Amino acid sequence: MLEIDEVRAGYDRTTVLHDVTVAVPDDGVAAVLGHNGAGKSTLLRTAMGLIKPSGGTVRLDGEDITHLAPHRRVARGMAYVPQGQQSFPHLTTAENLQLVADGSPRGGGREAIAEALDLFPVLRELAHRRAGLLSGGQRQQLAIARALVTRPRLLLLDEPTEGIQPSVVAEIEATILSLAERGGLSVLLVEQHVGFAMRAAERYYVLEAGRVTSSGEGGTGAEKTVREALSV
Amino acid sequence: MTVILNQSFTGVSIGAVLLLIALGLTLTFGQMGVINMAHGEFIMAGAYTTYVLQKPIENAGISLLLALPVAFLVAGSMGALLEWLLIRRLYARPLDTLLVTWGVSLMLQQLARDVFGAPNVQTTAPDLLTGSVSVAGVTLANSRLFILGFALLCVCGLAAILRVTPLGRRIRAVVQNRDLAEVSGIATGRVDRTTFFIGSGLAGMAGVALTLIGPIGPTTGTNYIVDAFLVVVVGGIGRLRGAVITAFVLGLLQSVLEYSTTVSVAKVVVLVGIVAFLQWRPQGLYTVRTRSLV
Repeated sequence: MLEIDEVRAGYDRTTVLHDVTVAVPDDGVAAVLGHNGAGKSTLLRTAMGLIKPSGGTVRLDGEDITHLAPHRRVARGMAYVPQGQQSFPHLTTAENLQLVADGSPRGGGREAIAEALDLFPVLRELAHRRAGLLSGGQRQQLAIARALVTRPRLLLLDEPTEGIQPSVVAEIEATILSLAERGGLSVLLVEQHVGFAMRAAERYYVLEAGRVTSSGEGGTGAEKTVREALSV
Repeated sequence: MTVILNQSFTGVSIGAVLLLIALGLTLTFGQMGVINMAHGEFIMAGAYTTYVLQKPIENAGISLLLALPVAFLVAGSMGALLEWLLIRRLYARPLDTLLVTWGVSLMLQQLARDVFGAPNVQTTAPDLLTGSVSVAGVTLANSRLFILGFALLCVCGLAAILRVTPLGRRIRAVVQNRDLAEVSGIATGRVDRTTFFIGSGLAGMAGVALTLIGPIGPTTGTNYIVDAFLVVVVGGIGRLRGAVITAFVLGLLQSVLEYSTTVSVAKVVVLVGIVAFLQWRPQGLYTVRTRSLV
């Protein structure tokens, strides 16, 4: 589905990613793990087109999208949930979702909004509340719902459970796992919680200082290997 | 009592003009953060559009009605072109934007001098707007009433566009979080251009309205630009409601102070008042509270 091949990227003159290669299988989940500052978010921002790589290629279904604008990637079926429970704070919950449905060339519309709200029913009760007034957990649920309204084929998730209370974390994890199992959706998951990442992922990559230092088949059986790789 | 009512109406009508010229800026400066010093020249372009249209169309009423949409298109296109040619390359450089748009402003003024001549020109107001009505002893000029009504209509129209239309949602989203808007599938560059088109178009329509209260010239817009920025800043950047309240409060203050002192003293007192107000409340009249960081 997505191939990030020998990508080199960073900010201004600082290179953060050094020839990173990551692949997301069709209808599968790939997890990227690593400590703070390893380059995980930079990898997702590069995959989504927010950072222009200085080398390497990004391909979606074989098509070179390295220089494609982010909104055109969304039109091709990519969706991105950035780190930090980001929303449009002065728009209501309903407007945050409607905004994406309005511009979605993939035919989301009301039905897609209803489907996204079915996954996070709490958002229905908060439809007319400004997103900036939601709690962190509610904003993260809104962020994921907003991404799903475009009916993506590939979902990029940047630490979806970071800084959220445990009860909501469990709900978000369960939703992501059910989405991955439902089929028709590939996921590139950046996560610090090794247990959750390995339960979800078919393939994992450990990133250290902008380089892939370890990779392999996912699943709970690989959890110990990943923890060891991360402890180095 | 009649004096108070007369001065109040004068204040409200000054406020309506302020509001009309500041409305476009609430979009381009308030929403997008672009300090466009050429905004005044879009007002001028709207005013000259009325002048140009009155040559082939002798009926002043028809030419005025026609001038409103034409001025919107002319000034809007100028704004969109400016955004596409220059401003989009300078979004992270506000000081450069200020200098470049000031340069464009000077060029447009000179262009107006070359095309229409340096002296001011006068347009003809429709008969309906040349008289006045008297209510409870207060004389209300028809042209001022028209500007007041038109300003309120523009405010309602802009508020409706921003609040309920898909375009309005996109404009607000891009302002609040550009990267998130882009990865949500919104072509942010196109939204910027459309926002600039509407903001500049509103300036053009303000220019049409200004032809009703005096002659117009190459510096017609420049004379109002500082007041327009003041209205947006004092109202709270990006807040339409704040701009409306500020425009009328400033208009009333100006009118009352002019009556009890002189025009110059009134201007000085209003400016000192604004400086003191911004020291106390730098964010302006209105801000929006939020729990999130972005």
